[in-house]
Amino acid sequence: LASGSEPASSSLLPAAADIVIRVEAHIRAVPDPEIPVISIDDLGIVRDVVVNSADSSVWVTITPTYSGCPAMRAIERAIVDAAARDGFAAYVDTRLSPAWTTDWISESGRNALREFGIAPPDASAHMTGSGAHAAGGAVSLTLQRRSVACPVCGSTDTEELSRFGATACKALRRCLTCREPFEEFKPL
Amino acid sequence: MTDNDSAVAVASSTASVPATVVSAETAAYVLGLGDDALIYAQRLGEWISRAPQIEEDMALGNIGLDLLGQARALLTRAGQLDGTGRDEDRLAYFRDEREFRCVHLVQQPRGDFAHEMARLLWFSSYQTELYAALAGSADEIVAGVARKATKEVSYHRDHARQWMLRLGDGTTQSHERMQDALNWVSGYTSELFFDDRVSVAAADSGIGVLPSRLLSGATQFVQSVVAEATLVMPDPPLQNARGGRDGVHSQAMGYLLAEMQHIARSHPDATSW
Repeated sequence: LASGSEPASSSLLPAAADIVIRVEAHIRAVPDPEIPVISIDDLGIVRDVVVNSADSSVWVTITPTYSGCPAMRAIERAIVDAAARDGFAAYVDTRLSPAWTTDWISESGRNALREFGIAPPDASAHMTGSGAHAAGGAVSLTLQRRSVACPVCGSTDTEELSRFGATACKALRRCLTCREPFEEFKPL
Repeated sequence: MTDNDSAVAVASSTASVPATVVSAETAAYVLGLGDDALIYAQRLGEWISRAPQIEEDMALGNIGLDLLGQARALLTRAGQLDGTGRDEDRLAYFRDEREFRCVHLVQQPRGDFAHEMARLLWFSSYQTELYAALAGSADEIVAGVARKATKEVSYHRDHARQWMLRLGDGTTQSHERMQDALNWVSGYTSELFFDDRVSVAAADSGIGVLPSRLLSGATQFVQSVVAEATLVMPDPPLQNARGGRDGVHSQAMGYLLAEMQHIARSHPDATSW
């Protein structure tokens, strides 16, 4: 802003700041369309939210979980809708690099997933190597049994039914203790 | 592929063309990578409701979806680099057969499940090496796509590996059919690793990688899976498929495009799908 011509009196600044905070909070709270118990902020896909109260615009940068994730378009729409409710126009850009990883899912997001019945990806999940060590090549050829805790009873005596689940980000497992089938957020 | 609903104010990924002049060959190289992913995604999608079990319907559909996502980003980038400004839909739906630069491997009609696993093992092993190398591409978009896709294709490769082990080291019949499939696919793999004029130019520019550099890593992985699955690597085939990168395709390609493109071409002015 040109310092000499700034019209805003200092009394307006807190209000403007409030709006900025509110708009950003509303955008970060947009739920994932496939797993509505987790917000896009907890999912770790929001890279940047820049609110411009002067022209009522907000620029949002998100990183897709998977290249072909069909939910991305729905998320963009939801962001636009959320901003519109505050009278703001949202512009959504996608940033591929650095690539999203399940490490970016917040602790509260992991708890929400577990309560929803989806086993969150945890550190031990990386031991399979499927995701993290792709380029390295040295992956064992045995059929793997990883330690993934059942979100229902907590038992780690679970087995994989299918590496690919109902969405790109989930696998299917079954608990051998309580016999419940459940989904696992794949470590990536 | 894109949703053109004009009511949604969405700025798509619009990284500008690099300041350095990008050659036509480099743009064609990126287009070829996108075409491989797009056409194989189309073939994998055909498995939905046709796989031996419902988990495989989902698995192959998901793998195709990952490839489609890679194709969207690569085609979009190719349209920026070649200066024509064609978007992903334009490139996917409104090009004719001779303008596609995909290899023959990805366009071959769906065989039985063993054939698909043999094809997936080779293609994902190739892509694993490809994207690892392209993570250092001089083009920031290509590098970003590669870093993202590396993780995805490692899941694809692992999936193919698990089925190779199960079928190869399974019953007499599953072993024979898996070996037949491995023999079949061997006639289509060399094209993935062939250094044509376009890929040499792209590699020189720092944006691409020489396909021949990917051969040993991919072959080593396939060999290790084949050995563990009690199968044998086939003898070198008498004939190898070639010409795909120059737009010379097999009969299957025209039928594939007809199915993939006909709705878009029937409604060329549609703004919403």
